[in-house]
Amino acid sequence: MYDLLNKIIGNDYLAAIIAAALPLFIFILPFALFAVLMERKVSAFMQDRIGPNRTGYHGMLQTVADILKLIQKEDIVTSESDKKLFNFAPVLVFIGSYGAFAAIPFSSGFIGSDIDLGIFYILAISSLVVASILMAGWASNNKYSLLGAMRSAAQIISYEIPTALVIITVVIVTGTMNLRTMSEWQTPYFWNWLIFGGATAGITKLLLIPFMLVAFLIFYISSLAEVNRTPFDIPEAESELVAGFHTEYSGMKFAMFFLAEYANMFVVSAIAVALFFGGYQSPFGYLGDLFGIEWLIPLEQFLWFTIKGLLFVFVQMWLRWTLPRLRVDQLMTVCWKYLIPYSFANLIIVGVISLI
Amino acid sequence: MAFKTEEMVLNMGPQHPSTHGVLRLELELEGELIINVKPHIGYLHRCFEKHAEVMTYPQIIPYTDRMDYLASMYNNYGYVVTMERLLGIQVPERVEYIRVIMGELQRIASHLVALGTYGVDIGAFTPFLYCFRDREKILSLFEMTCGARLLYNYMWIGGLSHDLHPDFIRQTKEFIKYFKPTIKELNNLLSYNKIFIERTANVGVLPVETAVNYGITGPNLRASGIKFDLRKDDPYSIYNRFNFDIPIGKGDHGTLGDCWDRYYVRVLEMEESLRIVEQAIDQIPDGDVQSALPKKIKPPVGSIYGRVENPRGELGYFIISDGSTNPFRVKVRAPSFVNLTVLGELCKGHLVADVIAILGSIDIVLGEVDR
Amino acid sequence: MKQYFKNTWDAIWTVLIGMKITFKHLFTPAVTIQYPDEKLQLPERSRNRLYVNIDDCIGCDQCVRACPVDCITLETVKGVPGDDLGLTSNGKKKALWVTKFDIDIAKCCYCSLCVYPCPTDCIKMTDIYEFSEWDRDNLIYHFGVMSDDEVKTRKENFAKFEAEKAAQKAAAAAAPKAKPQPLPEKPAEN
Repeated sequence: MYDLLNKIIGNDYLAAIIAAALPLFIFILPFALFAVLMERKVSAFMQDRIGPNRTGYHGMLQTVADILKLIQKEDIVTSESDKKLFNFAPVLVFIGSYGAFAAIPFSSGFIGSDIDLGIFYILAISSLVVASILMAGWASNNKYSLLGAMRSAAQIISYEIPTALVIITVVIVTGTMNLRTMSEWQTPYFWNWLIFGGATAGITKLLLIPFMLVAFLIFYISSLAEVNRTPFDIPEAESELVAGFHTEYSGMKFAMFFLAEYANMFVVSAIAVALFFGGYQSPFGYLGDLFGIEWLIPLEQFLWFTIKGLLFVFVQMWLRWTLPRLRVDQLMTVCWKYLIPYSFANLIIVGVISLI
Repeated sequence: MAFKTEEMVLNMGPQHPSTHGVLRLELELEGELIINVKPHIGYLHRCFEKHAEVMTYPQIIPYTDRMDYLASMYNNYGYVVTMERLLGIQVPERVEYIRVIMGELQRIASHLVALGTYGVDIGAFTPFLYCFRDREKILSLFEMTCGARLLYNYMWIGGLSHDLHPDFIRQTKEFIKYFKPTIKELNNLLSYNKIFIERTANVGVLPVETAVNYGITGPNLRASGIKFDLRKDDPYSIYNRFNFDIPIGKGDHGTLGDCWDRYYVRVLEMEESLRIVEQAIDQIPDGDVQSALPKKIKPPVGSIYGRVENPRGELGYFIISDGSTNPFRVKVRAPSFVNLTVLGELCKGHLVADVIAILGSIDIVLGEVDR
Repeated sequence: MKQYFKNTWDAIWTVLIGMKITFKHLFTPAVTIQYPDEKLQLPERSRNRLYVNIDDCIGCDQCVRACPVDCITLETVKGVPGDDLGLTSNGKKKALWVTKFDIDIAKCCYCSLCVYPCPTDCIKMTDIYEFSEWDRDNLIYHFGVMSDDEVKTRKENFAKFEAEKAAQKAAAAAAPKAKPQPLPEKPAEN
């Protein structure tokens, strides 16, 4: 695709940018559409209800209807707010989550940007979200939004630490930060995936399995907190006193926050898949290999990646509709007193094992 | 150097998803800690007691329905028991049994609402829908018997408005069989969940002395450890014929008398009510459901106070009659009104996020508070 | 220290149990009844909209007195002798013309206290619950079937009848007592 665009445009930088950015955009929008509907249908089936089923076949056009409704709403900007920050905050949230898509390995044929710093870059870009949430809370000129924004910022910053520690653990075992290399290393046979010990040899592999499991759990829990999902959804809680940092937003700006949340959900699931579950590799080898069709393999890989990503998004939704919400101080306790010691201990033990 | 901090007044206004009705709470905060809570009520006042002065005794019964609209059978029950004591009449056995069955089914339905909405306040949305699905079954039993789903006008002075539907006993037995495992499922989903326990244990501890001094009754009092239930201590109707326990709080997870205890006592009460219904449904005698009463009821001059055990506490009716067809005064001692007064005590020293947990555990219904 | 690990284990285990329950419910069929397409069959004793069979109504006012919210308005005119009002369904003769029978269904509290005292069972609660109107005045149901002219005629008839009766009474009271007829004089005996 890069070649095609290069021929059309002529400028290879521009062609590179578009070749990398456009497919991601084309992926995020339908995914967000699908994820919103999936959330509503999953929650409905878990609660013995039906969910949206009147707009389109089994409610497929429901999100389209929602987006249309949000677009035509009046864009209210409160008079006392800081207008520049107020208008920029949703944009920055979206930039933060969209930027993380650049380094996610969709398949061996397509990765937005094949940098050696892969996972480190994603962690850094996701932190932009904190700045934008604080901007949103401050610019709303509403003391409850500010409270909610501060709590949310504290939550995201604290939970980045266990995430980073687990990532370091994985990097110790795999030896690289490049997500594509990591996926290639976890060969297309599931017993070589990192959750089952990785492509290491012999006794190391058996020893690693429980610690990789612990690492995965810690990573998943802290990623729930990164995206503000229950049980960590204090910033968006509807039945608490504070209505959250996006109270004052209406219309399309609110839709931006919403979209960014679902995009973020996919990012963290994708990273969990890439780190622990083999990335885009299929668990049983490829049909393309079996029949000798070369171009089928990247497509298959894309399919597997999306399926695995959606599975973890489904687990996130499952957790949301099962668990009650944690209070703010309990949230901090879980992070600092439980997750961080466990991830430190995990890191040290995995480091020792990898020396063997 | 001590910082000079100001107290902030926060208004949890009449419209709020968690205040279970139109209740306005004025919170005085210092940072995040609560210093004082002042409830403002009266947004749902509908002059029940004034209406009662101009209506005849049977006409008051639809009005009693509407006070505590989630436990409407019990409001009827309280009024009717008091009137029958005033008139000095004895109702047929069949009527007594049916009243007990309906009352206990209503208790289960009311507790289901309390538990479901408490889950929503804490953040768990699914148990709410499971509780309401079970409550639908009870409401369809009621609809089959008297025609209405929420405000029944079923218990009349001297009897009932309709006899049982022929299919009622079979469907109730089916419901009993269905409901026992559902309580277990609810416990697994919500009551024993570690996050729920963290949110509610050690929060809003109600010491026994305070409870007795404020006049708290019902599950709130029993959760603080006192075994006081009007069905056993001041029996009305035929409750003394049934075998059932009074669950009290034991401080299983956290202190005695905290929010988890109040919540769990309600779950255990549902199980006990199910036992009572099971025993009663096998023993219903045949007979008439109306006793012979004059068309115009004129009780003798005098006053009487009668009380029953509402799902929320002690519901009392004080009726003064002057010998005519209209009462001179009907005063209602609403349990939610009295239970609400202890909110200020319970919230002192807690964070803002706990106010909602505490308010939900006291289980008030604004219709009763304001009448 | 032990409590620390117990907390961790409790948290994980109870979360997994909760997840198992919701997962099971993912596959149980929904209990929703999709309203306009499927409607529940209401039980036979349902208390919804009121219906009055005006042919049976004898105008006794019992339902009006029983209603706690005063939503029934009933006006009657006595029939003059010679009027044929017809019979009710259980064979009794009616004595009153029901000129106005209005029920304000917006005020009705659906308690069914009006159903029991009716001697001819003409007021009933049906199972119709979809009766919303655009205009609030349409919620006052007029069950009376007499036209305005007929109402006027009956009222005038009754007023005339009353007036005649009153005049007769007045005449009977005011007329002087008739002198007793003197006995016919005995014819003189000659």
